[in-house]
Amino acid sequence: MPVLWIVLIVLALGGVGYMLGRRRAMASADGDVRHLHSLPTYYGSNVALLTIAPALLFMGLWLLMQPILIERQIIGLIPESAIAEGSSRSLVMSDVRRVAEGLDTAVAQGAMTPDQADSIRTEFTDVRERLGRVGVALGSNVRPEVLRAAQHYRGLQARYSAIMTVLVLAVAVVGFGYSYLQTTKDFRARNVVETGIKSLLILASTIAILTTVGIILSMLFETRNFFSQYSWTNFFFGTTWSPSFSGRGGASQLGILPLLWGTLYISVVALLVAVPIGLFAAIYMSEYAGPKMRAIAKPLIEILAGIPTIVYGLFALITVGPMLRDYFAQPLGLGESSASVMTAGVVMGIMLIPFVSSLSDDIINAVPQSMRDGSLGLGATKSETIRQVVIPAALPGVVGAILLAASRAIGETMIVVLGAGAAARISLNPFEAMTTVTVKIVSQLTGDTDFASPETLVAFALGLTLFVITLGLNVLALYIVRKYREQYE
Amino acid sequence: MTDATANPAAAAGSPRHGSLLSQDALTKKRNAAETRFRLYGLAAVSVGILALILLLASILNNGLGSFQQTFISLDVELQEDRLDKAGNRNIEDLKKVSTFGYAPLITAAMAAKIAETGIQIEGLSAKDAGNIISKDAPAQLRDYVLANPEKIGTTVNFKVLANGRIDGYFKDRVTMASAELDSNVTPQQLMLADALKEDGVLIKGFNWGFITNPDASENRPEASGLGVAILGSLYMMLVVLILALPIGVAASIYLEEFAPKNRWTDLIEVNISNLAAVPSIVFGILGLAIFINFAGLPQSAPIVGGLVLTLMTLPTIIISTRASLKSVPPSIRDAALGVGASKMQSVFHHVLPLAAPGILTGTIIGLAQALGETAPLLLIGMVAFVREYPGAPPEGFFDPASALPVQVYNWTQRADPAFVERASGAIIVLLIFLLFMNAVAIMLRRRFERRW
Repeated sequence: MPVLWIVLIVLALGGVGYMLGRRRAMASADGDVRHLHSLPTYYGSNVALLTIAPALLFMGLWLLMQPILIERQIIGLIPESAIAEGSSRSLVMSDVRRVAEGLDTAVAQGAMTPDQADSIRTEFTDVRERLGRVGVALGSNVRPEVLRAAQHYRGLQARYSAIMTVLVLAVAVVGFGYSYLQTTKDFRARNVVETGIKSLLILASTIAILTTVGIILSMLFETRNFFSQYSWTNFFFGTTWSPSFSGRGGASQLGILPLLWGTLYISVVALLVAVPIGLFAAIYMSEYAGPKMRAIAKPLIEILAGIPTIVYGLFALITVGPMLRDYFAQPLGLGESSASVMTAGVVMGIMLIPFVSSLSDDIINAVPQSMRDGSLGLGATKSETIRQVVIPAALPGVVGAILLAASRAIGETMIVVLGAGAAARISLNPFEAMTTVTVKIVSQLTGDTDFASPETLVAFALGLTLFVITLGLNVLALYIVRKYREQYE
Repeated sequence: MTDATANPAAAAGSPRHGSLLSQDALTKKRNAAETRFRLYGLAAVSVGILALILLLASILNNGLGSFQQTFISLDVELQEDRLDKAGNRNIEDLKKVSTFGYAPLITAAMAAKIAETGIQIEGLSAKDAGNIISKDAPAQLRDYVLANPEKIGTTVNFKVLANGRIDGYFKDRVTMASAELDSNVTPQQLMLADALKEDGVLIKGFNWGFITNPDASENRPEASGLGVAILGSLYMMLVVLILALPIGVAASIYLEEFAPKNRWTDLIEVNISNLAAVPSIVFGILGLAIFINFAGLPQSAPIVGGLVLTLMTLPTIIISTRASLKSVPPSIRDAALGVGASKMQSVFHHVLPLAAPGILTGTIIGLAQALGETAPLLLIGMVAFVREYPGAPPEGFFDPASALPVQVYNWTQRADPAFVERASGAIIVLLIFLLFMNAVAIMLRRRFERRW
């Protein structure tokens, strides 16, 4: 039975439970609400909640566990001999999954009967050709072991789905029955329902933690796989980035240093653009600008923050890149490419202006007015006050803002994908194309990917490196900002 | 200190003999510095605004053309002996005639049109003349015939797309000089296009196809559209809304109203603020590893995109929801508790409705962010070339689709310069959506926000 149907049935059961529970409670109080412990809706909600929540949670868990269980059983079926040279069990496993999906499609389109799908043998039928006819393209001929495993896989999947349907509905019915029988006029329904809702709230708030754990685990596992195929010293200290596209490992050189260099170079250029402009804009807005000017200019600059990065990327690609090349790089003889560190850096700087300015604006506004008044009273001009009193007082906060901007710059993807180029090199010329960690993650993980080769897995190691760097910067920035806040509040 | 007050001149070093009416050198210097500093600030603000104007101007300048398209109006004779040899109008038989079978009809119609208008251009073959029409036109014709088989044998007027180069000629992307060097178009074809335009056969019109059509292949930029991408983005936004809003609100209610101050709560809070700053591409890696490789969800599906964007949007929604919950004054809670409501009742019956406008505003802004997000979608296979519209939800959530920002990226990766125009046009569509969402958010805030 499709999952959607199970969900609908459980929900319907909950709806029925709501009405029956409510009615039973009213009946037990002889129709007089005053004899009930809680309002009648709570009795209904109690039945509905106990019917729906455990059943759906159970189903969610089951759906998570099912692929793991099936895989474990199938993997045992694949003999050592079926794993070709240079291949691995997980690769064969993905073949099995593809064939099984192909058989499913064939049955769904009516090209095969379910019986045929279970009984065909590679010895008698050209499975690849038959699946090709229903639009499932397989890379190579199907080997008998793989086909048999795929058929077994389908069988297991069908059996597990059937078991799940029965169990989920059983959980729902048990919950329904238990809570229905519980319903009497003295039953403390409100307290139970409120505890239930509170646990759902807690569950929702742990999603943030689960996401972080998911991010770390997913990258950690694949990174471990990567380092088992490629030495970590070569990764962290290698100065050449040249993945080979044909073979597995061996010829590939996957040094992160050129990528880190490109990332840092572009981020520095971006910060050199964004920090002075953003900071001066923030100072002007908070110290000089009149209310009218503020009302117009501030939203205009903040629009820059709401524009998606792909728009900046296109801007870099079609406007800034060619402009920098034609007016600076070519006349100065520095380069011929429109994709360059400068292009990406300048555009990223524009993107970061509102980020730096709105953070700094907040921080400058948080500096107590009495400090300004004191300085002005001693005869300092406004600019002297700003430079010698306000900025030093706001400095930790501003540094925090700059660190946050740096972390944004390092993790930015679309601008560098479209504006920085794809050539990994370590060079000082800002008009040359260089590449960054994020660009390489995109290029290694799009298109045909093979999750057993180091060329693909390296993306996870890059991702983890990126995650660690940005996390470090964020934590440092938040620490500095928090520390600073304590001074004036 | 008495010394200093008694003898100020000695303390200052040298006495100052200045007039109040004329500034001395130091004051001038200080005032100049003041003016300079002020100008720096003004310059910074101007640079920011200028960058915004330049950005928008560049996108509009490049992209507005994509909303106009060159069409050619042709009377095509749907010859029965070509389209339906059996003559029984059986749909199955009609389907056997491929688009190649329709191409000659269009070439013939073009030749007839040229003969009718009396245009004569030296060195223009009939095939070249037919080629000024988009390669997509036969497919358009075929779809029409399959939908209206009874029209076979009659002559029908069609508005077919002109070839991308011809379209580019009328948008100043292609010139006579560039046509000399271009293997896809000849100057004679451009002359023909000019002549046809004079006769009113070739017309420029609003390009609905750009908004409704699916993507088209590399050499048919004129036929490519945003239909699948808009639908895919819409589906993803639906998934984000359905998941992120309840989860985000539930999490913020717990954290703001119920959570005790302990290490666990601190951990959750630190986590949320960190997640808000994690680079978006990392979420893409998460989606690829967990939703596709581990859970086995299909690639390029809006459901996966929606899940990834949900995780990305959650921190935004949680942060804004908590802010609006916090802004509801405690007196409301106290009053509810005072008349005997439970904590849960006071929150759900009183605090939450009062915070709702703020929550909605935050959610819309979060959705707008998610709509423009590109990087994570690249990793979960949304870059694939998809021509089929996804089905209706909920099954449609699992069909392959594209997304607006990814479609932009996709088009920038193609060689034909006509796609640059398309990409900028797609950005305009994206920005219009964002503008609309933000306007709704601002309106909601203005209309319903209460200041306590």
